[in-house]
Parts: sequence; C-alpha cells; structure tokens
Amino acid sequence: MKPAPFDYHRPESAAEAAQLLAEFGDDAKLLGGGQSLVPMLALRLAFFDHLVDISRLDELKGIERDGDSLYIGGGTTHAGVGADEQVAAAVPLLTRSTPLIGHFQIRSRGTLGGSIAHADPAAEYPAVALALDAEIEALSPDGRRRIPAAEFFTGVWETALAPDEVLIGVRFPVWSGRCGFAVEEFARRHGDFAIAGAVAAVELDDDDRIRRCAVGLLGLSATPRRASAAETAVTGRPVTDLTAEDLGELAMSGLDDIPADLQGSADYRRRVGAAMAAQAWQSAVKEALDA
Amino acid sequence: MHERSIRLSVNGNPTEATVEPRMTLADFLRERCGLTGTHLGCEHGVCGACTVLLDGAAVRSCLVFAVQADGTQVSTVEGVASEDGELSPVQSALQECHGLQCGFCTPGFVMSITALLQDNPNPSDEEIREGLSGNVCRCTGYQGIVNAVRLAADQMSGTS
Repeated sequence: MKPAPFDYHRPESAAEAAQLLAEFGDDAKLLGGGQSLVPMLALRLAFFDHLVDISRLDELKGIERDGDSLYIGGGTTHAGVGADEQVAAAVPLLTRSTPLIGHFQIRSRGTLGGSIAHADPAAEYPAVALALDAEIEALSPDGRRRIPAAEFFTGVWETALAPDEVLIGVRFPVWSGRCGFAVEEFARRHGDFAIAGAVAAVELDDDDRIRRCAVGLLGLSATPRRASAAETAVTGRPVTDLTAEDLGELAMSGLDDIPADLQGSADYRRRVGAAMAAQAWQSAVKEALDA
Repeated sequence: MHERSIRLSVNGNPTEATVEPRMTLADFLRERCGLTGTHLGCEHGVCGACTVLLDGAAVRSCLVFAVQADGTQVSTVEGVASEDGELSPVQSALQECHGLQCGFCTPGFVMSITALLQDNPNPSDEEIREGLSGNVCRCTGYQGIVNAVRLAADQMSGTS
C-alpha cells in the first residue's frame, strides 16, 4: 500500500526539528532512517500530517568516547555503529547485536536513535541500552535533558520522550576490567525480530567472583527488561556457584506479560528466553574468564 | 499536500522533478523515470525486490521517500550492465548458475549482491547467505543464487 499524504519538513538543525514538533504536536513525527516508520505508514498503521526529516542532520551523527562513557549520536546508522572500532572496544554489546538487526539493506538506513525511540520490545539496541544503564539525551524547545534507560521504555512502542522532544543521542557506560559480553537471540529466519533474546555483560574480580553483571531481555515483555533477580543472585558470588541453566531460569522470574502470538505461546517464549539468557551468560562469563 | 522539487542523479543522469512527499523512491523510479526494472513486491520493506543503491549503499527504495533522495546518487538495475549491453559479473553469474526462474526478485538480488561484493569482495558461504537474507525469492530457490555470488566473487577477484 501507499502511505497517506503528509507534508514534509527538512529542518536545518535538531533545535528547529524540536520547534516543528512543538508546533504540530501529535500531528507530526520525526523521520530518521524510516525503516520502522515507513512500513507503518505504508501499512496505514500510522498517519501523520507532518513528517520532520532529521536523517540528514550531521549534528546527530557521530561517535565520541568521553572517559568512561561512549556517546553515539541518534542519527548514526546501524551500519556505522556496527563498523566502528571505538564502539567495538568500548561497548561490544552494540557491535555484536548490530548484525542481528534486520538485513544489511536495513542497517544502511536505520539509526541507533530511531531504534531506541521506536522502542520495539524485541529490538536489540533498546535491550543493550537498558542492560548497560545508558542515558538517552533529548532536546526540546525547553532545553536538553538526560533520561536513564530504566525510565525510558514505558510500553510497546512507547517511551518517556515528550511529543516535542528529539532523541539526539545515547550515552553508554564503558565497562573495563575482566569483562565479557554476549548477545543471543532466536528468530525463525535471520533478520526477523527475535522470538526472544538476551544480552549479558559480566565483570569478574581477581578471584573469579562476579563484581557486577547486567542481563537484558528482549521479546519477553511490553518493553525490554532487566533480569534483576538473576543479577542480584550472582553478584558477589563465584562464577561457579550458579549454572548457566539456573541463571536462565532465574532470568525469567518476574516476567508477567510475556507476549503470545502466531510465532509462539508465552510459555514457549519463556523457554526460549531462558535458553537464550543461559547461552548469553555462559558466553559472557567464558569471555571474562579468558580476558 | 505540498509538492517538493528534487534533483538527483539516477544511473548517472541528472534528474529533476516535483514530487508529492509520500511518493516512495521506488514509485518515483518506476513511474517518473520509467525505470521499471526496480520491482515492488511487498511495499513495506520485507521482500527486497526494490533494492537500489543510494549513494553506493543498498537500500530498500520502498522505504525511502523520493524527497529524501534529493541530492543523492541512485543506481538501479538498469545501470548495472555496461552501455553496450554487456552484463556485469553479477548478472552473468546469475545467468550461468540458473540463479533465477521467473525473474521478479532478480533486480533486487542483483543490486544487493553488487553492494555485498563491493563491501566484501571475498565473502564466506555464511556471509553470502547472510547477505542474501534480505531478498526473497519465491520460485527458483536460493542454491543457484548462492552459487552465483560465489562465481561472481571469484570472477571479480580474478581467481577463475
């Protein structure tokens, strides 16, 4: 199908984009890479009188290491994130999750900021942002603010962004020390949204105890989720205390809105999720032990 | 809704037009440029039949509005063969390996494979399959297409 008619705006700056959003309110939507928005327009799942194209704004693109954090401009494409050496060194979970996002033709247009603002519960970057306690930077006509990822994802395709806010970038904490990272997800076909998946980050101390860890889950709720019970259970304990299978099971505790659809029942997703969390945990721990 | 003027290069030809913002690049290429080699299967970014190169990168032209292509260089399947009609190595390899049957999906595959081999001239079998995963073929099956990518890669790197 064809999208319904709309007016097209191409502001010269993010500030101007925010002004346009403030002016048009709910009748306007930002157009970034368009890889989620345009299909929704084409299927007429969404209608907007105004699209505000921010895909050319250079100020929204780029990757910058700033001490113990890595800032990625919201307009940076998946392909740009996936190929960047700074990202690979500082936030390996992003590098490793990028090939799982759609297909390479999607990744050449789709953007990190778009993925996070779109907030699909089965998407990879939102799960990584949540797991690592990233901060989302937003700009509105009233100024800038930083939103912790834990407060950002509020529902299926819903976020804490106000209607007049532009997601301008995301700041990811950089983990250092004896660390390991892994992403595991299961999809019926490569490039499809995962039925369930998990991302894991682990830091060990010199005695092979878990100094800190983070487990993010995707496809298992209305939003990306943290496996908080599992994280708490293992932190401070020797890596050998809990098997990966036990951790996977524990990671599923507290999930009370696992989606059920044609791809699988909630119970099936739960089992896939436990297996993915276990595999991600095992790989991350192994990498940390080898580090 | 307000129409917009755009200028872009299509297969090296400077092109100017006035378009409705909702017109996709795919429809623009087909209806306004007469380049009907770019096919439309699903029109929502799943099938890959409409794949073109936008400033050298493979994109789904049904997920880009023509207004967004203002100032860019677009390459379509019509621009792949040389001017005298000689097929590109990718096109020849698809022919050689029976990588097509009805041909509907083929333009998208040609563009995707062309981009894939530009970025990665010697892909592994796994990389080939991953590179093809964004294009759907409903009749001939993928084995011949996979073989064609391997053959094209070998020919382009001069190893066969």
